[in-house]
Amino acid sequence: MTTTARGEVPRGVTIFTHGEEVPARRIRTPMWLRAAGYWAYQYRRTWRSSVVTSFLIPVLYLAAMGIALGSLIDKHSHGVDGATYVAYLAPGLLAGTCMQIGTNDATYPVMGGIKWMRTYFAQLASPLEVYDVLLGHLAWIAARLAIVVSIYLAVMAAFGVIYSPWAIAALPAAVLTGLAFSAPVSAFAATQEKDTSFSTLYRFAIIPMFLFSGTFFPISQLPAWLQAVAYATPLYHGVALCRDLTLGQVSWADLGHLAYLCALAFIGYMAGRRTFARRLVV
Amino acid sequence: MTDVPDSDPGRDERPAGPVGAGTAAAMVEAHGLVKRFGDFVAVDRVDFTISKGESFGFLGPNGAGKTSTMRMISCISPVSEGSLRVLGMDPKTDGPRIRARMGLVPQEDSLDLELTVLDNLMIYGRYFDMPKKVIRERADQLLEFAQLTERANDRVDPLSGGMKRRLTIARALISDPDLLVLDEPTTGLDPQARHLLWDRLYRLKQEGVTLIITTHYMDEAEQLCDRLVVMDKGRFAAEGTPRQLIEAFSTKEVVELRFAPGQHEEVAPSLAALAERQEVLPDRILLYTEDGDAALQEIARMGHVARSTLVRRSTLEDVFLRLTGRSLVD
Repeated sequence: MTTTARGEVPRGVTIFTHGEEVPARRIRTPMWLRAAGYWAYQYRRTWRSSVVTSFLIPVLYLAAMGIALGSLIDKHSHGVDGATYVAYLAPGLLAGTCMQIGTNDATYPVMGGIKWMRTYFAQLASPLEVYDVLLGHLAWIAARLAIVVSIYLAVMAAFGVIYSPWAIAALPAAVLTGLAFSAPVSAFAATQEKDTSFSTLYRFAIIPMFLFSGTFFPISQLPAWLQAVAYATPLYHGVALCRDLTLGQVSWADLGHLAYLCALAFIGYMAGRRTFARRLVV
Repeated sequence: MTDVPDSDPGRDERPAGPVGAGTAAAMVEAHGLVKRFGDFVAVDRVDFTISKGESFGFLGPNGAGKTSTMRMISCISPVSEGSLRVLGMDPKTDGPRIRARMGLVPQEDSLDLELTVLDNLMIYGRYFDMPKKVIRERADQLLEFAQLTERANDRVDPLSGGMKRRLTIARALISDPDLLVLDEPTTGLDPQARHLLWDRLYRLKQEGVTLIITTHYMDEAEQLCDRLVVMDKGRFAAEGTPRQLIEAFSTKEVVELRFAPGQHEEVAPSLAALAERQEVLPDRILLYTEDGDAALQEIARMGHVARSTLVRRSTLEDVFLRLTGRSLVD
């Protein structure tokens, strides 16, 4: 704290007692982390229901589809790719869930930050810059994904479908899968005037991807041309990577999946820097 | 909270000498300031200086360029052309450092409606990296100041417009700013809420906070501004204290006449000679004169019967009509 010209004007006692005495923090909190702090603060209101949901969803899915449906599949075809069906399905659902959360948190909340709650504008009136606002939001999404994924992996362990210590790496891999959606989707959301395009995005991109990107069955079951489409989707690579890690079938191909997801997240972030600046700084 | 060096470049040019309370140190300095949106010029080469402790107003109709000017001063909108220094720094390179010492009350509220009143203050303080304990203490004081203490733990959503506005102002003050920027602080509020808000802002002014206000309300400008500029079509039509502006652009008194509907156009030409200047509005005729009563007598002698007459002193509204040729709130 330096003594600037602040002291010149006498100020009243009630509102301006601080100013000079407040010690500056030795280590400044990075700007983007301050922005992320907002979302974390807001999460305090809903964390209970959110945690319960992220626990119940995998339990229900793995019980119904993995165990019940899986026993049928295992009986007839002896599992999938050398694993029981439930062990095959679990990492697919994990990646699919991350895609949905990553997309969800980058659509309506981004629109809200711009139009409804105008949170971004509140942040921009403080020392934060537009890149901090974007990075902070994405950082928060990553943190939330990490919470969900941790619970998911714990449930998977309880179901006995984690085959290898590599599964620890499925935590960052699944978070990355989510971010590979959040980053480009938030860039897109910042260009939208209305939220109607989001339901289109779900209908024509997210749901088909969820069903046909190797989440529930190997894409080799698809006709050749659809296999090519599935192979191009980000979810396919997220699913493949998570699956190889939890089943312990790690290969060089996983580096390819990793590179694809990193590239998408990075390109999405760079696009977001442009669309956020164009929308918020005029 | 800020590590701004003592000597800011903006002050170097000033003669050295004792800088006492109220001495002019430029908080904001603009030369040839321009804001363009595509081909549209919102702010067209304006110059102004705002001193420490001053309460400065931008007055003008909607679309005059007030908000654009404010947004440039608040370093949330880039300058298209010209030079601008805020708190001795350049908004282009020092935006975060400037905003760290500034409180901004935007035209549209950006409160988090789902959180409580107190939470809104707590979150905002974190953007300025203030320690939690300090934010909490200041929040209590500011809630007191904004007369929201009883609502501290209520959600923001159901609060009245006036309360939300006061919360936005409290929020802008959380970091103890040197400069408070208010964009149309009372637009859309009922008279009571406005008076309460003015009272609070007046207190800040008394405490030496530099205020920058945009408004399209004359009474607001007269109440709060030490000095103001009248903006029209991106330019300054006039600049001065409210008193100076009235003296320069209006007469001592104004006669307001209301006639039966349709009679205005008929009567107006014959009245023109009675005043220095005449303004024919849809609902009334204004005569600008040094002696209102004398003009009224003359009108009566001419045989015109008005439905109502009023002699009053000139206000900023009259200055505004003169300068922009239209009434303010349109």
